[in-house]
Amino acid sequence: MATTITKTKTLIGKAIRRREDPRLITGTATYVEDIKMPGMHYAVVVRSPHAAARIRSIDTSKAASRPGVVAVFTGRDVSNVGPVPCGASLPGLRVPHHTILATDRVYYAGHPVAVVVATDRYIAADAADDVEIDWEVLKAVADPVKALEPGAPAVHPEWPDNKAFDFHQEHGDVEKAFAEADVIVKQRILSQRLIPTPMETRGVVAEWRAADRALNLYSSTQIPHLLRSMVAQMLGLEENRLRVVAPEVGGGFGCKLNVYAEEALMGFVAMKINKPVKWIETRRENYLATIHGRGHVDDYELAATRDGIITGIKLRIIQDLGAYHQLLTPAIPTLSVLMMPGLYRTQNICADIVGVFTNCVPTDAYRGAGRPEATHGIERMVDILAAELKMDPAEIRLKNFVQPSEFPFPTATGLIYDSGDYAAPLRKALDIVDYQNLRREQAEARKQGRLMGIGMSTYGEICAFGPSPATPAGGWESATVKIEPSGKVTVLTGASPHGQGEETTFAQIAADELGVDIDDVLVVHGDTALVQYGIGTFGSRATAVGGTAVYFALQDLKAKIKKFGALLLNSDDVTLANGQCIDNKTGASKSVQEIAAASYRAMQLPPNTEPGMVSTHFWEPPNFTFPFGAHLVVTEIDRDTGAVKVLRYVAVDDCGNILNPLIVTGQVHGGVAQGIGQALYEQAVYDENGQLITGELMDYAVPKAHMMPWIESDHTVTPTPVNPLGVKGVGEAGTIGCSPAVVNSVVDALSPLGVRHIDMPMTPEKIWKLIRSAQ
Amino acid sequence: MIPQTFDYTAPSTLDQALGLIAQGAKPLAGGMSLIPMMKLRLASPEHLVDIGRLPELRYIRDDAGVLRLGAGCTHYEVETSPLLRGKCPLLSETAARIGDVQVRNMGTIGGSVAHADPAADYPAALLALEAQIVLRGAKSQRTVAASGFFLDTFATALEPGEIVSEIIVPVEDAGAGTSYQKMAQPASGFALVGVAARLRRSGGTIVLARLGVTGLAPHAYRAASAEKALEGTPGTAADIQMAASRIAEGVEANADLHASADYRRHLAAVSAARAITAALARTA
Ligand SMILES: Cc1cc2nc3c(=O)[nH]c(=O)nc-3n(C[C@H](O)[C@H](O)[C@H](O)COP(=O)(O)OP(=O)(O)OC[C@H]3O[C@@H](n4cnc5c(N)ncnc54)[C@H](O)[C@@H]3O)c2cc1C
Repeated sequence: MATTITKTKTLIGKAIRRREDPRLITGTATYVEDIKMPGMHYAVVVRSPHAAARIRSIDTSKAASRPGVVAVFTGRDVSNVGPVPCGASLPGLRVPHHTILATDRVYYAGHPVAVVVATDRYIAADAADDVEIDWEVLKAVADPVKALEPGAPAVHPEWPDNKAFDFHQEHGDVEKAFAEADVIVKQRILSQRLIPTPMETRGVVAEWRAADRALNLYSSTQIPHLLRSMVAQMLGLEENRLRVVAPEVGGGFGCKLNVYAEEALMGFVAMKINKPVKWIETRRENYLATIHGRGHVDDYELAATRDGIITGIKLRIIQDLGAYHQLLTPAIPTLSVLMMPGLYRTQNICADIVGVFTNCVPTDAYRGAGRPEATHGIERMVDILAAELKMDPAEIRLKNFVQPSEFPFPTATGLIYDSGDYAAPLRKALDIVDYQNLRREQAEARKQGRLMGIGMSTYGEICAFGPSPATPAGGWESATVKIEPSGKVTVLTGASPHGQGEETTFAQIAADELGVDIDDVLVVHGDTALVQYGIGTFGSRATAVGGTAVYFALQDLKAKIKKFGALLLNSDDVTLANGQCIDNKTGASKSVQEIAAASYRAMQLPPNTEPGMVSTHFWEPPNFTFPFGAHLVVTEIDRDTGAVKVLRYVAVDDCGNILNPLIVTGQVHGGVAQGIGQALYEQAVYDENGQLITGELMDYAVPKAHMMPWIESDHTVTPTPVNPLGVKGVGEAGTIGCSPAVVNSVVDALSPLGVRHIDMPMTPEKIWKLIRSAQ
Repeated sequence: MIPQTFDYTAPSTLDQALGLIAQGAKPLAGGMSLIPMMKLRLASPEHLVDIGRLPELRYIRDDAGVLRLGAGCTHYEVETSPLLRGKCPLLSETAARIGDVQVRNMGTIGGSVAHADPAADYPAALLALEAQIVLRGAKSQRTVAASGFFLDTFATALEPGEIVSEIIVPVEDAGAGTSYQKMAQPASGFALVGVAARLRRSGGTIVLARLGVTGLAPHAYRAASAEKALEGTPGTAADIQMAASRIAEGVEANADLHASADYRRHLAAVSAARAITAALARTA
C-alpha cells in the first residue's frame, strides 16, 4: 500500500488566541504580590529625598523600637553584599561602586538608604518614616548638557567632568563625504527621558530555607537565570542553592531586564531574619528607582548630493546615564550607533558618544533600547534633507535604500543586514493611504488654512539578540522538549516570556512539528529550578532565538521518535507526519503518544538510543535579524490650541515569517502606543535640584485608550535566513517605527509656517508657541 | 503607597455621620481625591466617616422649579441622569468630562465640590448655573451660593463639622443654551482650563450670559467682564471674540509643568469662545 504524506502545518501562521490570556484577563494569574507564605514579613525601603547629599548619620532606633519591627538594616550592615552589577564593558569605562544601600552619600532622589522589616506592611511603612537621617545636602545636576559644563557639580567627586566614557566609531571617509557634499543639513534632536511604567511595579519575595541552605527568590524579572547567577554572586551563595522564579510578570519593557539592589537586598534580609520577606515597589518608587529609558541629546549632520543621495552621517550623542550603571546602561547608546545608517546605503559614518553621569536614576533598556533613538534621528534627518532639497520624503527614501540584490549587506557600522526589500513596506503604506491623492487633499486643506500633515518613517532595527560574542552574557537561548509517558508535551524555554505570547507561539511550533493537539502542549518558563539555564526575553529575541531553540530540540526529538517508531513498526523506512510514525512500505503506523510511552517503558531500545523522550537544545544564532517597515501618519493640528490629532496611523511591518498574526498585531499596537506616548505625551522631568517632578501617574502622561488612534496594521514578509523559522522579531518594532513618523507628520503640518524640527513630546503648548511665533 | 493608620466608620444615617464629623472625623465620599492623598501621606486623617454609602445623600429630584442633587451622587449618576440631561444638561455634560470611567463611578459631586481642586470640572458649571450649595452640620444647615463657596485653592466656605449635603441647580428653560469646553491635562484628566457657558437669548439678543472658569486661577470664578461684554449683543463672531478675550481679566493664571500661565490664558479664551459658540447654537 502506497501512502503519500504531505507534511501539514496547521497552526503556524494562524491567529490562535493567546493561551495565557484567560488567567490574565480574569485576574487569576499569580504575580509576586499574590505570593503568600506562612510567617511572611514585609520590607519597606527608605530612600533618599535628595538627589545629592552626604549622610552625616542615620538613627534607626526609633524605627527599630516600633512594635512589629523585626529589623532595620543600613549600608553598614550590607557591606558584605557585592555591588549591583554592570554587564556592559567599554574601553575606559568609569564604573562607580554601586552598593545595594548607600553608605555615606546618595546620588539620586530615590537612592535606597535603609530597609525596615516588620510583621506587617503598614507597620513597616510607618517605621520607615521613623528612620532619622541627618543629611548634608549637596548641589545636584540633573541635565546631561549642564553636567558637561565646567564647574558643574560633580555627581561622583572622583570624576569632576561627569564623564563615564567617550566612545568613537567611524567608517569610510566621512571628511571627504562632507567636503564634497552638495548639501549638508544639521540638527540637534532630543530623545527625552522616559519612564517605562509597567502595570506591575517591581516586587520580590525571598524565602530562606536554612535547613536546606536554599534561597528561593521570586522576582518580577525578564531574566531569571541571569538574575540567579548575579544575585548568587552578590550574596556569596552557591548558584545552585539559589532558585529564582519569575511568576507572572506584568510588563517589563526592558526595565526588568536588570539586576536591582532590592533583589539582592531581600535575599540578604530573608537570610538574616530567617523568615520569608516580601517587598512590593510602590508606583512612586517605580518612578524614582526603576531605570528610565532614552535620555539622548543628539547632534546630527547629513551630507548629500543635490539629487538626494546621502553620502555621509555624523552623530554626536550625549547620553544621560544617571548616577550609576545598571546592567546595560552604558551599552544602550552604542546600539544607537550600530543602527545610525538606518536602511540607507551610505558607508561613511562617524559617531561619538559621551556618557554623562547625572544625579538621576540610571537609564537603561526601554522598549527599543537605543534603536528608537537612532531611528528617530536618521528618519528626522532624512525628512530635513528632503525639505532642504524640496524632494518628496518617500522619494528620497526610495533613492537611498539598500537594494534587495545587496543582501547580505555589510553596513558602515559593522553589521550584516540579513534580508530585506525595504521599498516594499513603504510602497504598501503609500498605496494604503493613496499617497498622491492624500497629498492633493493636503494641498486643498492648506488652501483652507488647515494644518494637515503627512509623515512617514522607514525603520530598520536590530533584533534577536544576538550572537554571543556581541552580548554581555551569552546570546543563545535554550529549550527542552519532553514528551511525557502519557504523550503530553512539555516545552521548557529559557526565554522568560512575560506577556509576549510565547506560551502560545511555542506551543504552535511544537504542535505542528510533532503533529499533536496544541492543547496537549504546555510551555513552562521563568523558574530556574524547572528550566535549564537560559538568557531571557528582551531585544525582540524570544521567538527568533528561543523559538528556534525549541525548533531544534523538536528536530532531535523527531529523530528519536522515528528511531523508536521504526523499531516498533519493525521497519527501516518510516515517515513522521501528523502525529503518526508511518511505515512507508506497509502503511502501518504508531502514534507519537504510543511511541513516547514505549520509550519510557523501554522494553526494547533502538541501537545507541537512551530511554525516554527528552531533548534539550541550546541554539547559538549566527547573526542578528533585521526587521524593517514603514509607518505613515496623517495628522491635523488644532490651530487654536496646538493639539495634535492623529487622523490615520498605518503600520506596515516586515518581521519575517509571522507565526501568529494576532500576536504580531498586538505587539505592533502596544509598541505604537508607547511610541505615541514618547512622541506626544511622555517625559520624565527633573528640576534643577534633581527632584523628579513627574513622579506619579497624575503627572507622567502615559497614553490611555481614548488617546490612541486607530492603527491600520499590515505586513510584508521577508523571511530571515538567520534561523529556520524565518522569523525576525516584532516586540519593539512599533515603538521604533512610530515616533519619527508622528513627528515628521506634525513637522509636515507646520512646514508652511517655516517649522523644520520639533522635539518630543510635542505638547499642545509647544506647538501653539511655534504657531504663534510664526504669525 | 501605604497610608498611616486610621479608623473607619460607615454609619447608616446622616445624623450619625454628622455627629462623628462634629467630633473631628473626616468625611470619605468616593475616595478618589482623599485616598490618593492618604497613600502619598499628604493627608493623614485619624478617623474616616464613610458618607459615600448613605442613601440619604443619593438623590436627584425636581423640586418646584429647581433640581436638588444629594452630595453623594456619583459623577456617573450625574452624567447619565435623564432628569439632569433633560433639565440641566450642563451638569451632565460636565460630569461626563471628569477623569475616566473608574473615577466617574466612584467620585461624588459633593466630594469634588468640597475638595475644591483648582482644576476640578464641576465648579465651572456650578458657577455658570448660579448653583446653591447646602451645607449641613450636626446642628446646622445653611445655603451658600456657588460664587461665595470656592474661596481659594482647596479652600471653601465649609466650616469645621460641616459637609456639603446638597447641590441646587436651576431647571433650564427652553431658551437657554449651555456648553462645557475643556482642555484636559493628559496625565490626570483634570482641566488645564475649562469654561462653562450658560446663555439665554431673546429676540436675537443675548439677555443672560454666565461664564464659569476652572483651571486657570487658584480657584474657579465667574468671568464677570466677559459676561457683561456678551450680554446685550446678538452674539456675532466678533461679539464672541470680544467676550472671550476678557475671560481671564483680572486673574492671576496658574502655571505648572503642564501649562504656562500664558498658554492657560490663551486656552481660556479659546475654550470660552468655543463654549459660547456651542451654547449659543443650543439656545432656542
Ligand atoms: C485619576 C483621577 C482623575 C481625575 N480626574 C478628574 C477630572 O478630570 N476632573 C475633576 O473634576 N476631578 C477629577 N478627579 C477627582 C475626582 O473627581 C474626585 O472624585 C473628586 O475630586 C472628589 O470626590 P470624592 O467623592 O472622590 O471625594 P473624596 O476623595 O472621598 O473626598 C475628597 C475631600 O472632600 C471631603 N469630602 C468628601 N465629601 C464631602 C462632603 N459631602 N462634604 C464635605 N467634605 C467632603 C473629604 O473629606 C476629602 O477631604 C480625578 C481623580 C482621579 C483619581
